[in-house]
Amino acid sequence: MYYAILIYGVEGVFDRLPDSEKQAFMKKHGDLQTELGENGKLGPVIRLIGRSGAMTVRKQGESIVVTDGPFAETKESLLGLYTVEADTIEEAIEHAKKLPQGFGSLEIRPVGWAGGNAVDMSDG
Amino acid sequence: MAEAAIPSQDGAAEETARALDHATGALIAAQRAKVVAALARHFRDVDLAEEAYQDAALRAVKNWPQQGNPRDPAAWLIMVGRNAIIDRLRKQKRFAEYARDNPVEENADDQETLLAEEIDLSGLRDDVLRLMFMCCHEELAVPDQLALALKVIAGFPVDKIARGLMIKPKAMEQRITRAKKKAAAVANRLDTPMLQERAQRLDAVSTMVYLLFNEGYSAGGGDLHIRTELCEEAIRLARLLLEMFPAQPEVMGLLALCLLQHSRWRARMDEDGGLIPLADQDRSKWDAEAIAEGRVLLEKALMRGRPGIYQIQAAIAATHCNAASDASTDWREIANLYGALYALQPTPIVALNRAVAVAKTEGEKSALDLIEPLAAQLDNYLYFHSTRASMLAAVGRKGEARAAYDRALGLEPTTAERAHIEGKIARLGK
Repeated sequence: MYYAILIYGVEGVFDRLPDSEKQAFMKKHGDLQTELGENGKLGPVIRLIGRSGAMTVRKQGESIVVTDGPFAETKESLLGLYTVEADTIEEAIEHAKKLPQGFGSLEIRPVGWAGGNAVDMSDG
Repeated sequence: MAEAAIPSQDGAAEETARALDHATGALIAAQRAKVVAALARHFRDVDLAEEAYQDAALRAVKNWPQQGNPRDPAAWLIMVGRNAIIDRLRKQKRFAEYARDNPVEENADDQETLLAEEIDLSGLRDDVLRLMFMCCHEELAVPDQLALALKVIAGFPVDKIARGLMIKPKAMEQRITRAKKKAAAVANRLDTPMLQERAQRLDAVSTMVYLLFNEGYSAGGGDLHIRTELCEEAIRLARLLLEMFPAQPEVMGLLALCLLQHSRWRARMDEDGGLIPLADQDRSKWDAEAIAEGRVLLEKALMRGRPGIYQIQAAIAATHCNAASDASTDWREIANLYGALYALQPTPIVALNRAVAVAKTEGEKSALDLIEPLAAQLDNYLYFHSTRASMLAAVGRKGEARAAYDRALGLEPTTAERAHIEGKIARLGK
């Protein structure tokens, strides 16, 4: 079974950490990816670019409307995600706890189906 | 147990606490511009607003790690900062004066919600714009504008600003105080702008952000680390502007330009702090993520069909970033883009840069025809003479090339530039 660990936080915060903390932050990510990778339990990992680059596609009446945004606010937004293979949700939570804390929240969600070129998780 | 505590094995508790403090500090710092802007409008006093932010930040450092981050960190800081100042005014018996102008909510149940509604984006964006516009007041010299912005909006300490702008700390302090006084007098008269005024303010503020970026980016010597920080701060200000004015293609262009230029910073400095020309840079050191974001922003901006100077410059930077090697650079596209830029901004520097691209596509002879008419205007510009010299050398006019290099050497090159030019002269031979 695969779980997604969705990382929520405020944009522009990591950017303001001192270099030593940035390295400590990245090391936690690196360590988790190494651990899961060695155990063959790491699905795709995605880091999103800030919402400055976002666009929204939505059907409005008969036409499909493309708009800028949604825009960054002071509030939390989705910054990236992990997909990990775990036997139980507790195990997925344990992995999430290894990631940097205090920047926002980590949401753990079971994956119903996944596919694509990067990794095939559909028979997880 | 409903909530699991953060695991703290092997004395990791201290490390976790320290990391948490840093995370909180960064989250607070990221709100500074908005908080100071909102409070400066509220109290009509920038000094008071900066103090209020400091007060609120101190409380946040204590409270947030314990109680969790607030839903809206900026609103929390604005509310707490405002209350701290009101308390102080009360003690100083200046409250009556304040309360006359500002009805105070004494017993609101959920002040945070109240305030979150109050600081909706439309109000906040004019607050932020007003504060930034105050910093780039036309009566202030450019270095003073940048110093004021770094102090008030970014919260840089004065000694760091002094190092960044290469001005003595004591003098910097005085200049900031004077600039603030002058600018504040104007800022207090600034009401919510009409549409046209807003556009003019946005133009002025964009220019300031651009100048701040260039201050860090240009090869002026000085402390490399600080100069990189100036670029990063300019990028943050551009982000802030875009957050406030998300539909403005030129603001997208400005942020894209800064990101694309800054993406090369690791590759453009040698170990001694000298500049490595674009052609010789190790492109694997370019920051792919910054390039990706810059490119997307540029694409979004161009979709709106209203090109401007920042979008065109960003497009030039993007064309460089698109090339896997210097040899595969699309110089024709770059020459065209400089032509488009010249139509909007007919300066000799733009003409010179266009000529450099033309040299690559049509040859140095055509390029020389383009730059000779610029000689009078750019006589004191080192890059003009060094560029002209290399073009002259390429068409075999060695004597004139040597004279042009000598002229460049007479225009106070940095150590690295001097070495670069002397190397070129040596390669000219006899």
